[in-house]
Amino acid sequence: MLKYHFDWSIITSGKYFEWLVSGLKITLELSAVGIVGAFVLGLVIAVLKMSNFKPLRWLASVYLEFFRNTPLLIQIFFWYFGSYKILPTAVNEWLNNTNFEFAAAAIALIIYTSAFIAEDIRSGILSIPKEQMEAARSAGFSFLRSMQYIILPQAVRITIPPLVNQFLNLAKNSSLAMTIGVMELTYQARQVESYSFKGFEAFTAATVVYLALSVSITFLMDLYNKKVLNPQRS
Amino acid sequence: MDLDFQVILDNFTYFMIGRYPNGPLGGLGLTMYLAVVSCILSFFGGLILGLLSLSRYAVIRYPVNLFINTIRGLPLLMVIFWMYFLLPALMGKTVPESQTVIMGLTVFTSAYMSQIVRAGIMGVPKGQTEAAISTGLKGWQTMLYIILPQGMRNMIPSFVNQFVSLIKDTSLAFIVGVSELTHVGTQVNNRTMSYPTEIFIFIAAVYFVLCFAFTSFSRWLEQRLAWRKSI
Repeated sequence: MLKYHFDWSIITSGKYFEWLVSGLKITLELSAVGIVGAFVLGLVIAVLKMSNFKPLRWLASVYLEFFRNTPLLIQIFFWYFGSYKILPTAVNEWLNNTNFEFAAAAIALIIYTSAFIAEDIRSGILSIPKEQMEAARSAGFSFLRSMQYIILPQAVRITIPPLVNQFLNLAKNSSLAMTIGVMELTYQARQVESYSFKGFEAFTAATVVYLALSVSITFLMDLYNKKVLNPQRS
Repeated sequence: MDLDFQVILDNFTYFMIGRYPNGPLGGLGLTMYLAVVSCILSFFGGLILGLLSLSRYAVIRYPVNLFINTIRGLPLLMVIFWMYFLLPALMGKTVPESQTVIMGLTVFTSAYMSQIVRAGIMGVPKGQTEAAISTGLKGWQTMLYIILPQGMRNMIPSFVNQFVSLIKDTSLAFIVGVSELTHVGTQVNNRTMSYPTEIFIFIAAVYFVLCFAFTSFSRWLEQRLAWRKSI
């Protein structure tokens, strides 16, 4: 059925190998920037969503609903093609002087993922009994300080598994950056395919890399669940 | 910052239904078509994979779980590209892009649906199975008449959430050139040149209205089911 001549050597060495490696490097860079940014922003949104001040809560809800319910691809296109009209001139100039494709993809990934992360952080925090907050407040801590010293350290432990899951999603979603010309792993696999017509080999290589990434992270999370969350069971 | 939304009004029908009825369906109509067809297919795909992944035979369970976890470890874009290569090779003829995308979305979403099915089935108390078996029902009858109907109720809100993801995921059809909403958006953007902000805000709003409606529906269902369980 398949009259296809497999040639794995083209992706294990030489020019195409280098392309794939450079693609992997950009995927990792984009994921790292995205993870840090999305975590910080998600934390801020989660705290806003739980504040006592109604307008802030409302603002956070709008943010969450809007960015969770629109496709990432559209958000990437918006930042890449359409953001110049609504951003201040200074920001536009700065963006044009950096690697704009990378920046647009990173911004979109950060904002999209932060909305999911915020919900995970929020449910982590809500799972801490509210007496903890009451005790902290009555001990004289302000709302933010109670969060910082009492609630968050406890919530972080249970929030780590869903958070890591979101980080993994972000790494996988970074493949969409290829649509605006970020030369990450999927982009390079496609590039190899169109130069060498060795699509199977190129996409197998990319698939294996993505799988290695998610399998190793899943493995670490299983370990975390066993050692940290349920240490008595093992 | 001066936005001019006239471009949206000028192309409104094109955004909604493409060239239909004078040409193929496109825009939002095609997005919905892709989402609904893939949803129906992946409902059954997910059901089958979910049931197989709970099989008592390791020969069935292990490969099925391997398949599910492999798909879940990949970006959707990768799955669509694989379909793009594999389908013509396997079927020995070219496959229309929209079918490639439907297959990609179905395989991808089935893997996620199977986890919902699994959780739903495992959420039904064990006593139900034991009671059913002891009344003389066979294994498959127990599953079909006792466990699934009860589990299904708990699965419905998650299914609706998965459908929302599916609607968002159809935007990836753009990459293989299917003229759904995202593709139509970029087309109009390329043609008109100077209104990218307006166009992508509008497209985002359309997706938002659609997805938010279903998200709210799923929340309502969840509350209703919780309420019914509590009485």
